[in-house]
Amino acid sequence: MGKLYTFPGGIHLADHKSVSTQSDIRQSAIPERLFVPLDQHIGPAAECVVSKGDSVLKGQMIGRVSEFISAPVHAPTSGTVIDIQKFPAAHASALPSDVVIIEPDGKDEWQQRSPLASYEKMDPSELRNIIRCAGIVGLGGAAFPTYIKMNPVGHNIGALILNGAECEPWITCDDMLMRTHPGDIIEGAKIMRHALQATRVIIAIEDNKPQAVASLRSYEGEYEWLEVQEIPTSYPTGGEKQLIRILTGRDVPSQGLPLDLDLVVQNVATAAAVHYAINNLQPLISRIITVTGPGVKSPCNIEALIGTPMSDLIELAGGYTDDADRLIMGGPMMGITLKTDATPVIKATNCLLVQTPESQRDASATRACIRCGECVKVCPMRLLPQQLYWYSRSRNFDQLQRHNLFDCIECGCCAEVCPSHIPLVQYYRFGKSEIWKKEQESTKAGLARQRTEARQERAERIKAERKAKHAKAKAAKAAAGDDKQTEIKAAVARSKAKKAEQQSATEKL
Amino acid sequence: MILSILTLAALAAVFGLLLGYASVHFKIEGDPLVDQVDSLLPQTQCGQCGYVGCRPYATALVEGEAELNLCVPGGDDVIAVLAETLGREAKPLSDEHAAHVPSIAYIIEDICIGCTKCIQACPVDAIVGAAKQMHTVIIEECTGCELCVPPCPVECIDMLPIRACTDTWTWPEPAPAMQTVN
Repeated sequence: MGKLYTFPGGIHLADHKSVSTQSDIRQSAIPERLFVPLDQHIGPAAECVVSKGDSVLKGQMIGRVSEFISAPVHAPTSGTVIDIQKFPAAHASALPSDVVIIEPDGKDEWQQRSPLASYEKMDPSELRNIIRCAGIVGLGGAAFPTYIKMNPVGHNIGALILNGAECEPWITCDDMLMRTHPGDIIEGAKIMRHALQATRVIIAIEDNKPQAVASLRSYEGEYEWLEVQEIPTSYPTGGEKQLIRILTGRDVPSQGLPLDLDLVVQNVATAAAVHYAINNLQPLISRIITVTGPGVKSPCNIEALIGTPMSDLIELAGGYTDDADRLIMGGPMMGITLKTDATPVIKATNCLLVQTPESQRDASATRACIRCGECVKVCPMRLLPQQLYWYSRSRNFDQLQRHNLFDCIECGCCAEVCPSHIPLVQYYRFGKSEIWKKEQESTKAGLARQRTEARQERAERIKAERKAKHAKAKAAKAAAGDDKQTEIKAAVARSKAKKAEQQSATEKL
Repeated sequence: MILSILTLAALAAVFGLLLGYASVHFKIEGDPLVDQVDSLLPQTQCGQCGYVGCRPYATALVEGEAELNLCVPGGDDVIAVLAETLGREAKPLSDEHAAHVPSIAYIIEDICIGCTKCIQACPVDAIVGAAKQMHTVIIEECTGCELCVPPCPVECIDMLPIRACTDTWTWPEPAPAMQTVN
């Protein structure tokens, strides 16, 4: 067992995990309608390749990708595409985004699948491509396309870290997966290790999940490259950079990637999804979701198809309690509030948390900052949350960037300990999105400037060309004019000579 | 005495040569301030400031001929940075322009007769089409300057506000803390 390190800051939270681990994972039935969004990941939305009235088979690709950072979308079951509509996205903005609505035919019929060769015989790039085509994204909640992280781009990967920390309170979907399907995670780990040509695989699990640790430890003896590491429970240990710090004692550089330290971090559920894609030929069409919180009657974990309306899951978890107040996708620290439970489950939905008025902070309790510095003590990224708050409030975006706003992982520790109940993370998110917006605007302005300049240059060139053409024509005309004059003179001279000849002839007669 | 005169004369000659060399070899073409001011403007090329484009307005600003509150698409944010860069006092945008909504031109393709007049008007070459062929706007490149709207003989160009999507959405600014007295 390796030596463990600590990361700066962090807090201890009441984990509330046992409420949703009392029962087995429930299977959600195929719903009456599936609402499959085309934008479920980081990067541009997939491009729809089906149209209204098409019949689709289970696992058939319905959204393809054209960009580098993107992921395809597949039909979760067989049925008919009844419409492609705008629907509120599972996004903080709740803005409408394109959704393919499928009416299942109940047959759950798979598309034609031909078995693949053993993963060991495949080239890493081949494996990456299958992972890409299976639409696999990080299932920890960020939904970053996995195949991009599976490319070591010249690095010799020392270790693949499988993140089973699951540090946010209430969420237990990874815990339940590790307890009940450890073999799937190990199979996925084997494939990922081969694709990355990684020396070791470390599965890191917080010590508040002893059953998960035990079930994965049973595989430790089988593979000499495997290490199951129990790490102390603290929030946010599950953050990629914090986890690397705990396991290796090294820091990922500011704005850098784990790859800079020859490491790759993937979620345990992502590893299982890779196993399903390669060994079972099943693209990412379902996932495990924790439905929990004081606002649901019977908290549990549910395996559901992507596109299932969240209200179906709430119903399966016993329905709302009378005082249910707020629906959050994700955990209480980093989750986003949803406006409606008609929102479909997407690849990034790891948890549905239903809060009651007592279980959350009253927004009106916000007071002025008293500069106590508690936020600085708990920041796991060693930032200055208070400074960032002031700069964000005064819209001083240059200073925000100088104070490394973009290193903020939005874990919410600072807001949690703030005695004035200031929604600090909201200020950072506001600052980040304003800076992004400004960057987009300046890129667009640069393009417009370039095009205007090119247009002006072209106009001048055309003008000059036209002028040159006119001058040439004029010169040609002038030259032609001279020719005419001489011709006339010659003709006159000829007729004169003829006349003189005739005259002399008559004189002779 | 002579030594000091000679020393100073030699120093003067050396520095003179250095300055002369620098003025020839490090000469900057054009006014760098104009470039800087131009880079602050939104490059809509709409001409609402009364100049034919962003760069002419930038030149006029640097020469002190133009007011700095004329850029409608830029709004108060651009006025603020212009004031800072030019060392002048910021003024609010005049009221008639205050409600500027960023828009994009859309050609109603069924009505378009293919006259090419909008193509000639577009300052950023964002309209494609040919004589007697349908025209269309490349939306990624349209700056929403509205210059194509008046020349259209069949009124087939609509200015539609840019629809927010999840990629361009920004988090709202949190409400400031409750202020308490005593």
